Amino acid sequence: MASLRDIKSRITSTKKMKQITKAMEMVSAAKLNRAENNAKSFVPYMDKIQEVVASIASGSTNARHPMLQSRPVKKTAYLVITADKGLAGPYNSSILRHVYRTIQERHKSTDEYTVIVVGKVGLQFFKNRKMPIEDSIVGLNDQPEFADIKAIASDAVQKYADGVYDELYMYYNHFVSVIQQNLTEKKLLPLTDIGGTSAKSSYEYEPSEEEILEELLPQYAESLIYGALLDAKASEHASRMTAMKSATDNADEIIGSLSLSYNRARQAAITQEITEIVGGAAALE
Amino acid sequence: MKTFTVSVVTPDGPVYEAADAEMVSTKATSGELGILPGHVPLVAPLTINAVRVKKGGNTQILAVSGGFLEVRPDKVTILAQAAELPVDINVDRARAAKERAERRLQGSKQDDIDFKRADLALNRAINRIDVSGK
Repeated sequence: MASLRDIKSRITSTKKMKQITKAMEMVSAAKLNRAENNAKSFVPYMDKIQEVVASIASGSTNARHPMLQSRPVKKTAYLVITADKGLAGPYNSSILRHVYRTIQERHKSTDEYTVIVVGKVGLQFFKNRKMPIEDSIVGLNDQPEFADIKAIASDAVQKYADGVYDELYMYYNHFVSVIQQNLTEKKLLPLTDIGGTSAKSSYEYEPSEEEILEELLPQYAESLIYGALLDAKASEHASRMTAMKSATDNADEIIGSLSLSYNRARQAAITQEITEIVGGAAALE
Repeated sequence: MKTFTVSVVTPDGPVYEAADAEMVSTKATSGELGILPGHVPLVAPLTINAVRVKKGGNTQILAVSGGFLEVRPDKVTILAQAAELPVDINVDRARAAKERAERRLQGSKQDDIDFKRADLALNRAINRIDVSGK
């Protein structure tokens, strides 16, 4: 049986660990709150731009734009959004495992695909596996602004327009609730699913539909990327919060069982001492 | 007098809202635009420029970096990747950006992608400095 002092020091160190995980949980909760607000303030912009895009795309049959049309696929790009840090439960691993498996299934050689990574964890993962990395961004703020990712988003869209790749998929964790984040795969380019659902208004176009699409579609694609990033950030904080909460709970459990064995050991030591004293006294009589 | 709602929206959230504006004027890619209440529905891409919103005798000016203007009879929405009110503009940063862009423009060839980028950056910086009025 471990000595009293050993158990004592294990209890203290577990308590310290618990303090840290507890603090991290609270920090993540605060960040999650702000991330949710950011995602909310993005909604009006997204709704509006979607409405305009949909009304142009559905309203006219002659408006053709390369970003709307599928072309033969020679190279596929994967935009993967991960975090810069671990300690977020399955947040990074689930997404990376899924992307890795998908790529292995779909492609035979490294010439057929390329990866665009957000986040240090993902970058390291793809580097270790010697996969082609087109572009990457690390060290993003916890509350990213559009300007922070403008460069990588517009590059990703521009390279599609230039024909560097012919498809662009996006992978990120979609925030459902604090305890649930769903892995999401989205085909970003070509833009095939701009719903011709309900065109509420028909517009005059100045100067022409084609020229507006020319400007609007890249902006639309970039905002989809930004939206995914905000969503992913909220998921990251939620995931980290949950991971830290269960770490704190586990620490509590360990402290409980350690205290129990500490008390038992103490009891045993006392009993033994008494037995020795009684034995000693009996020997004297 | 007839009025309409004006809102300027960016990915980082709404920048400006006015419930009873009388006129919006700005520069679209096809030329100057002045919008009054009751305008036909219109969509037009904007240049990097200032947007002026006239309301109750005052004019509110904003710096807008490209984007779109969506007009409905009772509402004007400006969708831009970046937009700022004069008070929110960091003039020192804009000046620094202007100098940086000018240096780059001298260093690169006209058909370079860098040249285009620097040119846009320069326009944005100049626009911000103009709008801030300092």
